[in-house]
Amino acid sequence: MSIAVKAMGMAVSFVARLITGAQGHWTGCPPEALQRIYFANHQSHLDWVLIWAALPNDLRVRTRPIAARDYWTASKFKHWLTREVFHAVYVSRQRTDDQDPLEPLVEALHHGDSLVIFPEGTRSNKGEPQPFKSGLYHLAEQFPGVQLIPVWIDNVQRVMPKGEVVPVPILCTATFGAPMQLEPGEDKRVFLERAREAVIALRPLVT
Amino acid sequence: MDRLRALGVEQQVALLFLALFGLLMLVSIAVLVRTLRAQHSEQSEQHTRMLRDLRALWVGTVVFWLSWLSGPLGSTLLFGVFSFLALREFITLAHTRRSDHRSLILAFFVVLPLQYALVGSRSFDLFTVFIPVYVFLAIPVLSALAGDPERFLERNAKIQWGITVCVFGLSHAPATLLLDFPGYAGRGAFLLFFLVMVAASAQIVQELMSRWLRRRPVARHIDRSFSYRAWMAGALAAALVGALLVWITPFRIWQAALIGLGAGACGTLGEFVMKALKKDAGVRHWGNHASVTGAVGLLDRVAPLCFAAPVFFHSVRWYASLQP
Repeated sequence: MSIAVKAMGMAVSFVARLITGAQGHWTGCPPEALQRIYFANHQSHLDWVLIWAALPNDLRVRTRPIAARDYWTASKFKHWLTREVFHAVYVSRQRTDDQDPLEPLVEALHHGDSLVIFPEGTRSNKGEPQPFKSGLYHLAEQFPGVQLIPVWIDNVQRVMPKGEVVPVPILCTATFGAPMQLEPGEDKRVFLERAREAVIALRPLVT
Repeated sequence: MDRLRALGVEQQVALLFLALFGLLMLVSIAVLVRTLRAQHSEQSEQHTRMLRDLRALWVGTVVFWLSWLSGPLGSTLLFGVFSFLALREFITLAHTRRSDHRSLILAFFVVLPLQYALVGSRSFDLFTVFIPVYVFLAIPVLSALAGDPERFLERNAKIQWGITVCVFGLSHAPATLLLDFPGYAGRGAFLLFFLVMVAASAQIVQELMSRWLRRRPVARHIDRSFSYRAWMAGALAAALVGALLVWITPFRIWQAALIGLGAGACGTLGEFVMKALKKDAGVRHWGNHASVTGAVGLLDRVAPLCFAAPVFFHSVRWYASLQP
C-alpha cells in the first residue's frame, strides 16, 4: 500500500472522527474479522465513511463499499479514492440484459471480502427506512456462510442534510446488531421485511 | 519563601507543575492501594467513580501543563479544540433543525476559530465583544435567511447559548493564561492555576456540605443537592483558598479572597445551570447516553470553568486597569 493511500485513509478517518465521533456500538456481535455483509439504513452520503471509520483497522481493510461506476470513476481523484483507499466494488446503474447487477458483489464475496450495503437503494430522510431491495436476499441465498449484520446509523442526516456540502460537527453512532440468517424456505418479501425490522430495532430510543 | 522569589519566572512555573504532578502521583497511589483492598460491591462502585474523577484530574493537569509548555499559540489551539468538542457535544443534544445548518457552520467554522485567533493575538477588547455583539446579531440573520419560521426564537437561543458557554466562556481560560499584567508578565499560568483551584475547591466543598447539611434543595427537579447554604459554603471556601494562594497572584489578600469568592460562586452556579440543561436534554452526564455515542462528557468537566473564567478574567482585567 503506497504512502499516499495510507495518508488519505488516515486523513479521511480522522476527519470523520472529528466531525461525527464515528462511534461504533457492537451490541449484537463483537467486531471480529469474519466475512460479513453489513446492511444499514441510508440517510446521507457520509453513511459509508461513518461505518468505515467506526470499524477497527483489521476489519476496515477487508470491508468494501458498493460504488456507482458512472459517478465514482468519472474523475481521476474519485476513481483513485474509491479504488485504492476504500477498495470499492463498482456496479453499473444502467441495467443491461445480459449482465446480473449483483455479479461484482458475488465476485467480491467469493474473494472472501466483507461488504457494506444499503438495501434501501436510495437515501431516505423520513425517519423510517424505505422497503429493502431484493439484492440482500439473493446474496443471503447464495452465501449462507456469510454473517448478515444489521446496522443502524444515527444522526448522520443532521451532519449533512441533502443539498448541503459542508458538514456540521454532530456526534453520530453506528450500532451493529446480532447476525441474522435466511431461514430455509423463507419467502423473499418476508425475509426483506425481517431484515428491515432488524435494522430499525437498533435505533436508539429518542429522549 | 525568599529563595522561591529569587528564582526566575520559568523556574517558578516549573516548580508549580512539579508540585502538582507530585501531589497527583501521591493521590493516585493512595487510591490504587485502596482499590486493591476494596472487596464489597458498594465500595467498588465508589471506587470506579473515584477512578473516573482521578482520570479527569490527570487529564486536566496534563492539559494545563501542555498549554503552558506550548506557549500562546499552543494553548490557544488546545483550548480551541476543547471548545470544538464541547460545542459538538452541546449541539448533538440540542436537537437543531435542518434549517439551522448554515448557522451551525458559522458557529463551528467561523466564530470558533475567530474567537481563538483573537485570544491568540491578545486583542482582548474585540475578544470581549465579538460574540456578545456581532455573533449575537449575525446568527438570527442567517437563520432568517434560511427561511424556516418554525420555533425561530428557540432555535436561535439554543445556538447562541451554546456558543456563549462553549466558545465564549471557555476561551477566557487561555485568555487568562495570556493576560499581561503590569509587573506580572509571564505568570499567566499562576492565574489560571489560581482560577482552577478556587473553582475546584468551591465545587468540592459545596458537594460535601450539601451531603452533610442535608438542606431542602432549592430546585429539586433540577438538582436534589443544591442548596443556598451549601453554595455559600462553597463560595466561602473558594475565598479562603484564594486568600491562601495570594502569594502566587499580583493581588492583595482581601482582593484575592474577593476574586476567589466570585469565581467560586460562579463556577458552582455554572454546574447547576448545566444540570438544568442536561435534565432538559434527558441525560445524566453529557454524552453517556448510548444514543449520543462515546462523547467523553467533556461539557460536564468544563462547565464550571466556562462560567467562572469570564468573571475571573474580567475582574482581573478591571483590577489591572486600576493599577497605576
